[in-house]
Amino acid sequence: MANAPTVPTDSLGHPITVAASDDVLVVEAHDGSRWELVCGLEVHAELHTVTKMFSGAPNQFGDEPNTNVDPVTLGLPGTLPVVNERAVELAATFGLAIGATVQRSVFSRKNYFYPDMPKNFQISQYDQPIVVDGALELPSGHVVGIERAHLEEDTGKSTHVGGAGRIKGAEYSLVDYNRAGVPLLEIVSRPHVRSAEQARQYVAELRSILVACGVSDGKMEEGSMRVDANISVRPEGSDELRTRCEIKNVNSLRSLVRAIEFEAKRQADLHASGEKVVQETRHWDEADGRTHTMRSKEEADDYRYFPEPDLVPVELPSSRLDELRAALPLLPSQRRHRLAAVVGEPITSEPVVVAVERGQDDQALAAIAAGGDPARVLLHVVQNLAVDGGAELPAERLAEVVRMEVGGELTATQAKQVLAELVADPSRSAAEVAAAKGFEAMDTGALEAIVDQVIAANPDEWASFCTGDDKARKKLSGFFTGQIMKASKGQADGKLVAQLLAQKSSS
Amino acid sequence: MSAAEIAAAVRAGERSAVEVAEEHLARIAEREGAVHAFNEVTAEAARRAAAEIDRRVAAGDDVGPLAGVPVAIKDNLCTKGVATTCSSRILEGWVPPYDATVVQRLAAAGAVAVGKTNLDEFAMGSSTENSAFGATRNPVDLDRVPGGSSGGSAAAVAAGFAPLALGSDTGGSIRQPAAFCGVVGVKPTYGLVSRYGLIAFASSLDQVGPFARTVADAALLLEVTAGHDPADATSIPQAAPSIAAHLDDGVSGLRVGVVRELMGEGIDPAIAARVREAAEALAAAGASVEEVSVPAVTYGLSAYYLIAPAEASSNLARFDGVRYGLRVDAPTTNEMMVATRTAGFGAEVKRRIMLGTYALSAGYYDAFYGKAQKVRTLICRDFAAAYERVDVLLSPTTPTTAFEVGAIADPLTMYLNDICTIPTNLAGDAAMSVPFGTDATGLPVGVQVLAPALGEVAMFRAAAVLEAAAPSTAEEDA
Repeated sequence: MANAPTVPTDSLGHPITVAASDDVLVVEAHDGSRWELVCGLEVHAELHTVTKMFSGAPNQFGDEPNTNVDPVTLGLPGTLPVVNERAVELAATFGLAIGATVQRSVFSRKNYFYPDMPKNFQISQYDQPIVVDGALELPSGHVVGIERAHLEEDTGKSTHVGGAGRIKGAEYSLVDYNRAGVPLLEIVSRPHVRSAEQARQYVAELRSILVACGVSDGKMEEGSMRVDANISVRPEGSDELRTRCEIKNVNSLRSLVRAIEFEAKRQADLHASGEKVVQETRHWDEADGRTHTMRSKEEADDYRYFPEPDLVPVELPSSRLDELRAALPLLPSQRRHRLAAVVGEPITSEPVVVAVERGQDDQALAAIAAGGDPARVLLHVVQNLAVDGGAELPAERLAEVVRMEVGGELTATQAKQVLAELVADPSRSAAEVAAAKGFEAMDTGALEAIVDQVIAANPDEWASFCTGDDKARKKLSGFFTGQIMKASKGQADGKLVAQLLAQKSSS
Repeated sequence: MSAAEIAAAVRAGERSAVEVAEEHLARIAEREGAVHAFNEVTAEAARRAAAEIDRRVAAGDDVGPLAGVPVAIKDNLCTKGVATTCSSRILEGWVPPYDATVVQRLAAAGAVAVGKTNLDEFAMGSSTENSAFGATRNPVDLDRVPGGSSGGSAAAVAAGFAPLALGSDTGGSIRQPAAFCGVVGVKPTYGLVSRYGLIAFASSLDQVGPFARTVADAALLLEVTAGHDPADATSIPQAAPSIAAHLDDGVSGLRVGVVRELMGEGIDPAIAARVREAAEALAAAGASVEEVSVPAVTYGLSAYYLIAPAEASSNLARFDGVRYGLRVDAPTTNEMMVATRTAGFGAEVKRRIMLGTYALSAGYYDAFYGKAQKVRTLICRDFAAAYERVDVLLSPTTPTTAFEVGAIADPLTMYLNDICTIPTNLAGDAAMSVPFGTDATGLPVGVQVLAPALGEVAMFRAAAVLEAAAPSTAEEDA
């Protein structure tokens, strides 16, 4: 026992083990030493409820300041919180979606003074969170463990007037309590994130799950999803855990990637210089692309957590959990597996990942079921339907286009144009749109006449084509196809043109 | 006239609510200057409410079980449109935009609120001397304190300013002043009466309860205010118990235990003697009486003075000058908060905020708050074991009778006043104080009847028998 090494543990007392992965960010310090990233992410997601976490005031973004408030929201003397049952169910739904344990949970008070927090304590969950021990499979196949997710209330929003917009030095501050009491789910990952790209995928995947389950609207730009990153580095190949910093104010996936890369390098340089990384909270500055000290552990608040005496523990009956589980939609990773199987591609293939991330996999699958060639359907979904209204295009229209394309009635270029028309007005059939645009299927006789014209107009090239080696033929094939397409105003079917050129050169 | 008699007469149209109100307002005008039971007397609002009751009676409406009954309300219960101060500078002049649930229920029952009563600031104290607006005097003897923290409510009932009053009891703040002033005071089972609109001192201990001159009136007010409230998550999800119907049931067959640990050291022998007389009275009425040990109650005070300040330190954090109440301006927000709280809170409130902040601090939590919660569990367990043997327990309400104003300057000595009452709050059980004779100097003595959670019916049955058997006092003839 005497020399037993201290194993670092997470907030639930479990030993921290860092997942191995072949995709690890390694940064080179100024002295050439190499350091690898260890990162855990804390995501705050606002829950998609009608009312607030502990009161009947509306949970709504963007309204006039201090209109979505009531005595409970303002923490008026004598008011008491009452738990929003819907928020509890949404948290449980998320827990079930990530395969976690949904347990009896206890609310606690986190005490600190700040003017946008009406009671000067935040009701949160501390040692008994509602969700523990889940996992998320990223599109890359890498799995990130989720330590816990707990319910809490959001704070209000301060606007500091004068003095660079910070509370320090401000002339005065305005407080909007509309956001105060909005239900939040804080989702804490294990330190399994090993690269900036994994971090990006993790947040994107989490967002997809939250949106798919109706738990949150996941709008990072409105602040309904906020990310903090806990970052440390260690010598490449080692398994130690070094001092970490928490990075706040990361407001987009792009900032997340930049912040992680900057911070890893900063810490690597400190270690390489023999300096200490101080455990602290750092603020990401989007403008200068750096992180800056906010507060160190020494000056961190003592939150004096204790169980919230105004509330009783929350436990959903197992029958209700069963209902919530049964109501879960297909989750992104399941949908990637499903789509990949149908189109015959790996789950990590880009079109599969993109179609699912955009939520257009159902559209693709329906079009395939309606007779569309799987590869062409997926290609159109990813490349040509990533426009406003594209996701709403009825699957049968997409299937029609793909069928015409495969049947030689439309060229790829024409198919794209027909799709664009259909997105704007899906009331007509693909055939009607093609006809209206003059995309008549050109019969072989008409095409042959054009081919003959083009050959006659370019006798030297044709001679070279007929006698040249493979390389020359290939080059000239491109030339002739281009000329024929031009002459046919794009209506010629490329495959048929190639056939005719081959026939005529060998006859 | 008792509250029940007033309500019956008003409902029957035999007395007008306005006349009842005027009678009580006249009594207030006469003696309030000497007693100072109220922070504010809402005479005009009372007259209007009474007139409305009379109008509705004339129209044939059912105006409720407290028709036209004047009620005094402790000034830590929110009253819409009427200042609610907790007897603190920090809330001076604050007018709530909403009514506490109990205040709504009073109005719905036809009661007429006559004013907001004085208290020890934020209900922290046992003498109503810790009020920012001056001490309340005991109507029985104006040189003495009325007890606290609900001293204003107890004094209002004892002085005849209102037949009923609401108080709050966190560690004895209803029962101790009831005993000092010679009235009935009830701390109901935790969760029986809604706390919504009660400005919190210690959330897990606070409970709203009635003061009355008779046991029956106390039951009446408890029935009106009790029952589930969805706005209070700790409210017991069931309807108010029917108590009044059982007041005449007697105590035949009731098992009564006298708490051994609360009968010896630190208890005025004259009071202990009264408790024994009370036990004999119950035995004479058919109860079986034995001595029962509840060992952990002796640790109640220590556990209480960690748990209650801990919760208070958090509950009182919201008084920061940002949104309401006092604001003392300063260059920065932080300095403004500090200046406001420094100027706005009295010494006892500051003492408890500091004590509680310390008890919850990193590194001290387990040794203080955590340990106190364990003691609390032991107290619950010991009470539960006692209630396996008996239906109700008996003890003194207070170790002494009312002391003189200014007599106790040392906070710890003051805290000892609640030694008999605190354990019930920690257990979440019910208890009430019933006047039972006087000491040698003629000061009222209160006997405490304790019952398990939701044991109000048995508790009131015993209290009714004690009331009938109580040695007569000079005050009762008033």
